[in-house]
Amino acid sequence: MTNSRLLPYLLVAPSVVFLGLLFVVPLVQTIVIAFTDQGGASLAHFRKMAGDLNFGLSLRNTFLLVAVVIPLQIGLALAMAVMLQKLEKGRDLVLWIWTIPLGVSDLAAGLVWLAILQDRGYLNSALFALGLIDGPTNWLSYENPTTLFIGIVLAEIWRATAIVLVILVAGFQLIPKEYNEAAEVFGATGWTRFRKITLPLLKPSLQSALILRTVLAFEVFAVVYALGGRNYPVLVGEAYTWMRDSQNDGVAAAYAILIMVISLAATLLYIRLLRTKPETQA
Amino acid sequence: MAGILIDRIRKTFGAATALSEISLEIADGEFLALLGPSGCGKTTLLRIIAGLETQTSGRVVIGDRDVSALPPKDRGLAMVFQNYAVFPHMTVFENVAFGLRMQKVDEATIKREVERAAALLHIEPYLERYPAKLSGGQRQRVAVARALAVRPAVLLMDEPLSNLDALLRLEMRSELKGVLQQSGTTTIYVTHDQTEAMGLADRIAVMHGGVIEQIGAPQMIYERPATKFVGGFVGSPPMNFIRMPVEAGRAALDGFAAHCPGSGRDILCGIRPEDMRLAPGGDGLAFRVMVAEPLGSTLLLTGKVQDQLIRVAARPDAGLKAGDTITLEPETRRIVWLDPETGRALGA
Ligand SMILES: Nc1ncnc2c1ncn2[C@@H]1O[C@H](COP(=O)(O)OP(=O)(O)OP(=O)(O)O)[C@@H](O)[C@H]1O
Ligand SMILES: [Mg+2]
Repeated sequence: MTNSRLLPYLLVAPSVVFLGLLFVVPLVQTIVIAFTDQGGASLAHFRKMAGDLNFGLSLRNTFLLVAVVIPLQIGLALAMAVMLQKLEKGRDLVLWIWTIPLGVSDLAAGLVWLAILQDRGYLNSALFALGLIDGPTNWLSYENPTTLFIGIVLAEIWRATAIVLVILVAGFQLIPKEYNEAAEVFGATGWTRFRKITLPLLKPSLQSALILRTVLAFEVFAVVYALGGRNYPVLVGEAYTWMRDSQNDGVAAAYAILIMVISLAATLLYIRLLRTKPETQA
Repeated sequence: MAGILIDRIRKTFGAATALSEISLEIADGEFLALLGPSGCGKTTLLRIIAGLETQTSGRVVIGDRDVSALPPKDRGLAMVFQNYAVFPHMTVFENVAFGLRMQKVDEATIKREVERAAALLHIEPYLERYPAKLSGGQRQRVAVARALAVRPAVLLMDEPLSNLDALLRLEMRSELKGVLQQSGTTTIYVTHDQTEAMGLADRIAVMHGGVIEQIGAPQMIYERPATKFVGGFVGSPPMNFIRMPVEAGRAALDGFAAHCPGSGRDILCGIRPEDMRLAPGGDGLAFRVMVAEPLGSTLLLTGKVQDQLIRVAARPDAGLKAGDTITLEPETRRIVWLDPETGRALGA
């Protein structure tokens, strides 16, 4: 009796220890760095962070990016997953092609889109050849914040929609097709079936996808820096700059804490909003 | 109201043929049982009628509409699925109400109809529960209630009572029959339980290997099976088939002889276990009892006539035991003669 109750704990123990060493220790160190100044507890780093010119901007930019990219990615991935379900043959091949960007590091993804969007890039060459522009146009400069933003959004969608797709496809496969068939027999249209049957049963997968994607989106950095440098400041970018250029660990740590708090808050929000009672699952 | 015409329906899955040329006509308001062993294509046929599966060839007509190419939602029928397909994320109430909600029926009617269907299937106590908290039999009844709630003109049921205990099944069976008769619903009822088919149906279609072997009234199917398969599948214990040599239009074995049709050298004598009289000392088949099972209402004897295994239902007080040898007198009137090669019944 006692043994079988202890067994699960014994089995998870190694991973807990492993995570503890590689995650909790650095976390505690970061907290310590962020909240101490000249040997004493202090909020000085946070004050310095908040007082910085780029702070408000990077906060706003990061949230804006998350708010635009996540819904687009979820919508796109849902549509792609639905289309995949309809394929009778070649489903694996299509899924495989769609997930290729997952194999590309985010910096490389940023560079790919830089090659397309920079002033002498593929886009401009194409537009020039079509006679739509009469010389190199810099889409990614700080004078063109809208096109820079669109470029970043495009690159992010290209790079990271597939991870949402993979999670949703797995979720779709957990829903027995009988539920949709029953709904169809009882007169539900395609859209109604999607809303009343598929979406509710997909909720657990949607929740996982949202949490994973949102947390990663708040940490967006490499793509943004590849495309725009500091023309589009984001939170992680600021942390990086404080660390590298200003050699200020304290403020960088404060940024790190802020990002963590935001991610945790988003996760909690999703867990609350998309809660599924265990008895209501397929 | 709506009759159903199934016109030369074929269905193949890759190289495998699930249905080969099924034709069937079900009158408006009729209750037809599709009876057959596992894998004979019952579910496939039902799914084709519902539009969930596309036939390889053939037509389905409901009422006077050719629905062959229509999606399920436009065929105007309700269905009970073999694996229930009760929506896990909705309460029992919402499950039963689903079809009505799709028809945009007003709330008061929905409540009334759901309660009516729930009362019929004895699931009122669970209306607010989620299906995960129900037993298999309870879920199955939710699936039936969901189909009845829409008062369909055509109802397809795929083994709807298979998961209930014997008593409840008996009760549900007669209630279901009453309700469907009253509402004049055209029903196709899939089962592999022959007593259920016999008890419920106006007509039974016996399927085997993707073919309908025989269609007819239950008593007809029971007494005059068209093939050896039907005789063996319908009835418990099954019909006996005793091979007999034929000479000059008479089949004879042991001390038994009777006129028979056909022109082969051998013939199969199909005879139900209850259609053989014990005739000690008389003329007939010498039967050596190997096993005697008292079943309450009858004494079931299993034994051999020469080297052919047969079963006989004797009176419970017959007082026979393993090892006894007695004489059997088949009731000639009730014999079905079959061709031993094709297994088909021969005209008398
Ligand atoms: N989607 C499918 N793909 C391939 N073969 C199938 C498919 N569905 C059914 N079959 C085959 O068709 C035949 C008939 O199947 P069906 O489900 O109609 O049998 P059934 O009479 O309903 O059996 P049961 O009484 O066990 O439910 C079986 O041999 C089965 O293997
Ligand atoms: Mg079946």
